[in-house]
Amino acid sequence: MSRIQVITIIINCLFIGYIARLITKGKLREEYAIVWCICTLILVLFSFWTKGLNLMSKIFGVFDPPNLVFTAFIFLILIYLLHLSVVSSKSQHSITRLTQEMALLKEKMKKAENKDQSV
Amino acid sequence: MTKILIIIPCYNEGNSLPLILEQLLHLKLPAHFQIEIAVVNDCSKDDTKWVASLYPIILLDLLVNLGIGGAVQTGFLYAKENGYDLACQIDGDGQHPPWELIKLLEFYDQTKTNIIIGSRFLNEGGFKSSFARRLGIRYFHWLNKLLTGGNIYDSTSGFRLFDKAGIALAAEKYPDEFPEPASLVLFSKYGFSIKEVPVVMSERLAGKSSIRNFKSVYYCVKVTISMLFIFIRKKV
Repeated sequence: MSRIQVITIIINCLFIGYIARLITKGKLREEYAIVWCICTLILVLFSFWTKGLNLMSKIFGVFDPPNLVFTAFIFLILIYLLHLSVVSSKSQHSITRLTQEMALLKEKMKKAENKDQSV
Repeated sequence: MTKILIIIPCYNEGNSLPLILEQLLHLKLPAHFQIEIAVVNDCSKDDTKWVASLYPIILLDLLVNLGIGGAVQTGFLYAKENGYDLACQIDGDGQHPPWELIKLLEFYDQTKTNIIIGSRFLNEGGFKSSFARRLGIRYFHWLNKLLTGGNIYDSTSGFRLFDKAGIALAAEKYPDEFPEPASLVLFSKYGFSIKEVPVVMSERLAGKSSIRNFKSVYYCVKVTISMLFIFIRKKV
């Protein structure tokens, strides 16, 4: 086993451990953790299975194996960013609704208080 | 008796708000109209909330800054919940003289149109804004014609009167950031009648427009995208 393999395996294990810690502490929701877990597992797989990368690039017809790594990961990151935009749009919509409802409730409460005082 | 809610979305309009509220409270409307005013304070950093609380009006105070669309929508939600027959948006900066409201109401009485827009461009006189802005407005007129088939000249005007059906739809789905041109696509999609009435507008009393310089390019792009997507979105 080469030195770089050992280094990547150690880093991957630390990364998985950190994700697990975030989930157990309640700082990361499981649905977002899935993507991170899968990515790390793929990295671990390829650090053990060194010939795998060469094989994959031959299958996809990529001339230089590292290019396959970059292309695949940039694509994955783009999709994940899009997913994050969707999540943030959704929470923005929820915040809008909550704020509006709150303003309406405050007004209703004030009206009720004024009525109490005048009675 | 027709109940009208005036919706005034405000962001840092503490300086111009007193004049508008005074004018609105002293406005003489035909007898069958009953007017109430709702100021929506969009998390202003100045004393807008305090100024508004001095007047006998409904104050809808937002804890988070939602932008003009979200603020106006709060007004529509209030109007829907409390069964108002009409709702009129008037900007807090003094661009829309309150007495022009009578023209919109008269037009409503005659035609019962769903959405009535107070337009700067149907007659001469009054404040017409700069060349670049007029160019933008012409572009939206063209885009609007393309998407809705309607002939609305002042699609960016925020001075609008909504009837009960209009209130219900706007309360449910009003575009968030720059809602004026985009909402027209929405309303025409639901088969609402939209008409323009000439009004005379004045230059803003205080504060700055939310749309200027580089932001105006962003405005055009964002509104175009938003109009296109409302156009192709399915009715739910």
